[in-house]
Amino acid sequence: MRLRLSELAWRNLVHDKIRLGVTLTGIVFAVVLIVVQLGLFLGFTAATSGLIDHSGADLWITAARVPYIEQGVPFSERKLSTVLGTPGVATATKYIARFTQWQRPDGRQESVQVVGFDPDHPLGGPWNVVEGDPADLEAADNIFIDEIYKAKLGVTHRGQIVEMRGHRARVVGFTRGIRSFTTSPYVFASFKSAQNYATVAEDQTVFILVKAAPGVAVESLRARLLAGLRDVDIRTNAEFSRMTQIYWMFTTGAGIAVLLAAVLGLVVGVVVVAQTIYATTMDHLREYGTLKAMGATNGYLYRVIIQQAVISAVIGYVLAMAVSHFVVEGSQRGGAAILLPAPVAVGMLGLTLVMCIGAALVSINTVTRLDPAMVFKG
Amino acid sequence: MERAIEVRELTKTYAQGEAATRALDHVDLDVHRGELILLMGPSGSGKTTLLSIVGCILQATSGSVKIDGREIGGLAPKALPQLRRDHIGFVFQGFNLFPTLTAAQNVALALDLKGVSGRAARERASALLEQVGLGAKLDAHPADLSGGQKQRVAIARALAGDPGIVLADEPTAALDSSSGHTVMALLETLAHQRGRAVVIVSHDNRMLGYADRIVYIEDGRVVRHHEGVAA
Repeated sequence: MRLRLSELAWRNLVHDKIRLGVTLTGIVFAVVLIVVQLGLFLGFTAATSGLIDHSGADLWITAARVPYIEQGVPFSERKLSTVLGTPGVATATKYIARFTQWQRPDGRQESVQVVGFDPDHPLGGPWNVVEGDPADLEAADNIFIDEIYKAKLGVTHRGQIVEMRGHRARVVGFTRGIRSFTTSPYVFASFKSAQNYATVAEDQTVFILVKAAPGVAVESLRARLLAGLRDVDIRTNAEFSRMTQIYWMFTTGAGIAVLLAAVLGLVVGVVVVAQTIYATTMDHLREYGTLKAMGATNGYLYRVIIQQAVISAVIGYVLAMAVSHFVVEGSQRGGAAILLPAPVAVGMLGLTLVMCIGAALVSINTVTRLDPAMVFKG
Repeated sequence: MERAIEVRELTKTYAQGEAATRALDHVDLDVHRGELILLMGPSGSGKTTLLSIVGCILQATSGSVKIDGREIGGLAPKALPQLRRDHIGFVFQGFNLFPTLTAAQNVALALDLKGVSGRAARERASALLEQVGLGAKLDAHPADLSGGQKQRVAIARALAGDPGIVLADEPTAALDSSSGHTVMALLETLAHQRGRAVVIVSHDNRMLGYADRIVYIEDGRVVRHHEGVAA
C-alpha cells in the first residue's frame, strides 16, 4: 500500500482500460502521423539535394542564374581549363545532371535524370554502391542505377542492356537508397556517355565541380574564380544544396503540404487526447470535488491531471516510436524515404508531452471551476 | 467545554433581486469539543448550506463563523483549503471514496494532502482503519466493501488530518439499520471519547439517541434546540 500522487493519476488512467486504449491509440496515431510527415519532409529534403550533398565538391560552377540543380543550363567546357588554372583549386571536373528519356524493355518510356561525372575524379560519383564497381563506369555506355528503381525501369539484373534516347547502355551496378525527389531515377554514367543520353553538346558541360586545395578558404577561392570567369554563378556546396532544397520544398509547395499534414497530425492528436482526458476527468469529477472539499488546492488537482497526461504521453510515445520504427524501416525499401534522426525522435517526446499536457488544459479549466459543495448533493 | 464552532447571525442568500432565496436567516449555533449534534429539518431547510459554510466550502452572505476561534468570514478563498485540511473532516452520504484506490490508499490520500506520504502515511492509514474496525480490509477496494464498511473507511479518511471538527452529511442515509448504528456509534466515540466536535445532518430519527443536542432548522432558521438522549 504505497500511495504517491502519480499512483492516483495512474490508477485513474488504468481504471477504464477501454478509455486508456482510446487515449493511447489517439496519441500513437498522432505521433506516428507527425513522425511520418516530418520524416517524409526530411527524406524529401535530403533527396532534393542528395547529388549535391554527396558530390564531395566545395564549389559548383553553373550557368548564370541557375536556381537549382535540375535547372542546370549547358555552358562551354572550356571554362574548365580556366578553373584548373586558378590557384587554390585542387581538382575540378565537368558534371551533368539532366532529365532524359529511358525506354523500358516493354517499350514504355520513363523519365530519368542522367548524372554524368568523370570516374577518374573523386567528385560527383555514386555512393552506397551495393553491386558493381564504379570504376566500370569509365567504359562507354556503362551505367549504375539504384536498386529501388529496378522495377520502375524494368531492370532485372546486372549486365542488362537498356536504351536512353536512342543510345544503348549497360547496367553494370546498383546503389541503395539514392532517391530522386522528382520521381525520375538517377542514372550514373561517365560524363561522355551522359552527354549522349542527355543531348549535351560535346564541347559543353552543365556544371563544373571544384575541390579547393587543403588550407584554401572556399570563399576566397570563389572570389578568385569569379574574377576569371564570365556568365557563370559560383555557389558553395551548402548554398547550392539549400537553394535546391528551398526550391523543391517551399517554392513548389511540396514541403508545405507535408508540413501541414504534420501539423494536422498534431491537431488530431490534441483533439483526441483532450477529448479522452476530458472524459476521464468528467468521470472522476466527484472525486476531484471530494479532494477539493478535503482541502486539496487547485495545484494539487492540476498535478494529478497533468501526471495523467504525462503518463499517457510517455506510454503513447514509446508505442508510437515502436510503430514508427517499422514504418521508417519499411520506407527504406520504397521510393520515399522517411527519416527519423535521433534529435527528431527525442524532440518528438517533447512534442508528445506538450500535446498531451496542452490537451489536459481543458480538463484543468473544468476542475478549476469545480464547486466543492457538489459533494453534498447526494 | 471549548467552543469549536461559533456561528452568529449567519445569513446566506442565493442569487439576487426578486429571484433571491434566503437559505439561512440569522442563524446562531455553537458546537463544543466532545459534543455530537444533529442538524435536522425538512429538505431545503438550509441544513446542508449551514454545513457547507461551517465546512469552509461555501461563503456566507453575512454574519460570523468562527472555527476553533478563528473568524473565517474575512479569509481569502485561497486560505480556505488549508483551513479545511487542518481543522475539518468530512463524511459524505455517498461515501465519496476513490474507487480506484484501496481502503488504505483512500485514507493515505487525505494524509498526502497534508504532506504526509510514504511509510508514515501507510502506518497512519493502517492505524486509522484499525480504529474503525477495518484492519483486515486495508487492501480492499471500495467495490469489495459493504455500505457500512465504506462509510467507516470514509470516517477513517476524515480523521486522517486529525481534525478537531467532523462534519457528516447524512452519513447513514445509504446504510441499513445495523450499519447505520455502527457508523453512529463510531461518530459518537469520536465526540465523547476523542473530544471532537461532530455535526451531523440527518433525516434519520433512529439516530436521535446518539446526539447530545438536536438542532431543528426550517426555512433557514433554527426553530428549536433540545438536548439529546446522549447528553
